[in-house]
Amino acid sequence: METIITIKPLLAVLIPLICAVMIIFSSKHPNIRDGWSVAAGAVLFLTVLSMLPDILAGSVIQFTVIEMLPNLPIKFKVDAFGELFALTSSFLWIFTTFYSIGYMRSLKEHAQTRYFFCFAIAIVGAIGIAFSANLFTLFLFYEVLTVSTYPLVIHNETPEAMSGGRKYLLYLMTAGIFLFFSVAAVYYYTGTTDFAFNGILDGHGIPVVMLKILFITFMIGSAKAAFMPLHSWLPSAMVAPTPVSALLHAVAVVKAGVFTATRVILYVFGVDLMGETGIGLMMAYFVCFTIIVASIYALTHDNLKKRLAYSTVSQLSYIVLGVSMLTPDGITGGMLHIPYHAFMKITLFMCAGAIIVTAKMENISEMNGIGRKMPITMLAFTVGALGMVGVPPVAGFVSKWFLLLGSVEMNQLPILLVLLASAMLNVGYFFPVIYVAFFKKPEKELNFGEASPFLLVPLTLTAIISLILGIWPDAPYLFLELVNVAVQNVTTGGI
Amino acid sequence: MIFDNAPALVVIFPLIAAVAVPFIGYYNKRLIPYFVTLITFCSLIFSISNLRTVMQTGSISYTMGGWEPPFGIEYAIDYLNGFVSIVVIFIIFIVSIYAKKSVEQELPGRTINFYTVFLLLTAGLQGLIVTGDLFNIYVFLEISSIAAYALISVGKSRDALMASMNYLIIGTVSASFILLGIGYLYMVTGTLNMADLADRLPLAFDERPKVVLAAFAFFLVGFSIKVGLFPLHTWMPDAYSLAPSAVSAMLASTFTKVAAYVMIRVMFTIFKPDFIISTVHAHTILAWLAAIAIIAGSVLAIAQTDFKRMLAYSSVSQIGYIILGVALMNQIAMTGGIIHIMNHGIMKAALFMVAGAIIYKTGIRNINDFKGLGKTMPYTSAAFTLVALSMIGIPPTVGFVSKWYLALGAIEAGMWVFVGVIMLSSLLNIVYFWRVFENMYFYRAEGGKVDEVPLSMLLPILILAALTFLLGVLALYPLKEIMAPMVQIILPG
Repeated sequence: METIITIKPLLAVLIPLICAVMIIFSSKHPNIRDGWSVAAGAVLFLTVLSMLPDILAGSVIQFTVIEMLPNLPIKFKVDAFGELFALTSSFLWIFTTFYSIGYMRSLKEHAQTRYFFCFAIAIVGAIGIAFSANLFTLFLFYEVLTVSTYPLVIHNETPEAMSGGRKYLLYLMTAGIFLFFSVAAVYYYTGTTDFAFNGILDGHGIPVVMLKILFITFMIGSAKAAFMPLHSWLPSAMVAPTPVSALLHAVAVVKAGVFTATRVILYVFGVDLMGETGIGLMMAYFVCFTIIVASIYALTHDNLKKRLAYSTVSQLSYIVLGVSMLTPDGITGGMLHIPYHAFMKITLFMCAGAIIVTAKMENISEMNGIGRKMPITMLAFTVGALGMVGVPPVAGFVSKWFLLLGSVEMNQLPILLVLLASAMLNVGYFFPVIYVAFFKKPEKELNFGEASPFLLVPLTLTAIISLILGIWPDAPYLFLELVNVAVQNVTTGGI
Repeated sequence: MIFDNAPALVVIFPLIAAVAVPFIGYYNKRLIPYFVTLITFCSLIFSISNLRTVMQTGSISYTMGGWEPPFGIEYAIDYLNGFVSIVVIFIIFIVSIYAKKSVEQELPGRTINFYTVFLLLTAGLQGLIVTGDLFNIYVFLEISSIAAYALISVGKSRDALMASMNYLIIGTVSASFILLGIGYLYMVTGTLNMADLADRLPLAFDERPKVVLAAFAFFLVGFSIKVGLFPLHTWMPDAYSLAPSAVSAMLASTFTKVAAYVMIRVMFTIFKPDFIISTVHAHTILAWLAAIAIIAGSVLAIAQTDFKRMLAYSSVSQIGYIILGVALMNQIAMTGGIIHIMNHGIMKAALFMVAGAIIYKTGIRNINDFKGLGKTMPYTSAAFTLVALSMIGIPPTVGFVSKWYLALGAIEAGMWVFVGVIMLSSLLNIVYFWRVFENMYFYRAEGGKVDEVPLSMLLPILILAALTFLLGVLALYPLKEIMAPMVQIILPG
């Protein structure tokens, strides 16, 4: 495997950082300030994209910033899996920026400079996590992400927001502390924290009990992935403005958690060790619980954003389920669900936000007939919802197909049933929304139309992309190709 | 050459300058702050020169007046005190810049008295660090303690007098313990030079074990009081929170650290690790006390609403880190404990300076009244944010470096409990620092115009805040070049 050394990964982290600084300096001029976010989004995406051809050719890109402690460098390494996450979050940042501008301005929100500043720093965290070459660098950016998203969660600064924020912080910071411990333990046993395609813990004579404990602390450390019973920060975080929920609590933050869990499972423990010790199967069944229970919770919520949040909790566990299957198809399905779920869920959240801005409605029971007034928004919503259920030709079908194949491959009938049951539950909590919006008669005269183009265009585009990803998943340069490289890396140990 | 005498000059320079301050004040009072800053800066240069000499040619043994040890007084400098000396004098240098405006406001008309005592304290602390003579340690301990009592007592509120009085009584008890310990050791060995003592102690222990054990116990209790190890910390919160701002910043970041250094020196140079581990088992007791201190300090800090008091209790907890690192008896943890002397010194100095800056501008001490400070004092608040994140242990700051080594050291020692303690304490740190963030930046406070402290107060804060970050990122150099050989000497392993 070829290793290319360029400064590009560092640049990708620095671009949003510089953007954040510029935002502070141009706080007096809203147009210039928001211009920085748009420009940085475009440049960042192009930078990440420029690494794609090399990655698809099977190379890895590496850059060491500085060796901070002995054998503990701040180091970036771009492999197929990291590129997958970086590509998803940097691409969606562009959409969310436009959407945020429209959302914040039409609601005349306060402290917009702080908002865009923290948003940019959160992207620093997400890209940094994607490109980390070792657990230490990952931990560093994990904490950056936690700290920078806190002001976004409590943006409204109402008592409700403050208490939601406290919960958010308590959960994620505790996770950070557990991650810290896990990283230290890995370093103690192996003398390194660098990710390897076949894991790093194997062959150090660590007792199995210790491995299991370590795995558990790692999973508590990845609480950003919202596994039950560590999920309740996510619904609480829904007090944040909708663009935050859309990008951060459907893509960047939660996917950072899932990404960390996957890195730990495949690149720290490794496929072989996970299989030998039986931790993989244990984890697979553990997340099945989350998949089902979170879907049931979702059924009980009338608030649209809360329902979407529980749907996220459930869908995130699909990803980890796929990865813990440890079979090629399972891993493909899990990894593929990262971008696919991102596109679909961001569509759903942006729709919810558009409804909040124009119709001032948050509860599903109030939304009678809004499909007639906001047809494009609700059509986009329908696309996203179908994708969540796994109906072809929306993207969600492809990833779920691979997950089903994976469960058959590993010969675990119960997991197959869980996947099917969960699809039914998805129908149960998404279709009422569509039904209410299109088929119920409004109780009173609805006097609003579609949202402003700032809101409408991004959500339409992501809905269309969700369709394209489902109709033509194996198009060149799309996610499936990238996932195939990643899966090949981990199953063959990178040879 | 002047640098040949640097070991003595780090002490004598501020001592003579302390005497010179009244004369300069007689001529022109406004010159004093600049003079003091200059003196501390020169001392800093001498300290750096000392450590350079140690790094190039090995430990320094400087004989006072040419009287050879063990008969004369020896100043012995190795990696450990060379390092601590730089840390302490650097912080004092930064504090001396900060003190100018702060003293003008808090102690009008007392500039001469303040700076004289300030320099005396500096001389005392440096003396404690560089001396190689046990009785000298007692002398300098008294010099610096008395200076500290005086500095605390001039605090604005009347309670400062009580705080100082409290500290004086408990500090004197501690000094008496230490003096008794010194006397006992002298009784059985007939020497006061530390290196010489270390040589003769094993024989003395064989002959008179009870005396040596009693001496060790006296030292342990005496220094625990000076360090402020829980539950002997009671003097600390009042003293730190009621002293003038500059004094709080200086005492909290240097005095207890120097006491910790002396404790390490006595335990490891005179009594040797073997004695501690196999004869008295002091390390187990110390480690558990440190763990209790870490948790108790943090919990008590959460209960405070007065910002400076909260910081003082946080010090109780952070002292626990240092002692825990020392008491785990392995090289990794020791590295963590000693580097925390520097890291905590920098962080706590910065935090107390922030507290002082806020009091200087607004007079607010209660955390709940901090609303809107993020807008009116943006630079101070930003510096606070960075330092507080470091206290929590977010990489790549210095706080992370300390925690990393302590956690690894605890794993190495097989004491998983202490790993848990470190984790829990991080969580508690988040709780009490986050309250301050919340009040500073959120709750939709009405933001007034930017109204920052003068540059001579702001710059020291910003420098220290930047250092918490830079020394974290660039930690490898001091770790490799200074800490590694130092720990090898203290705790050969």
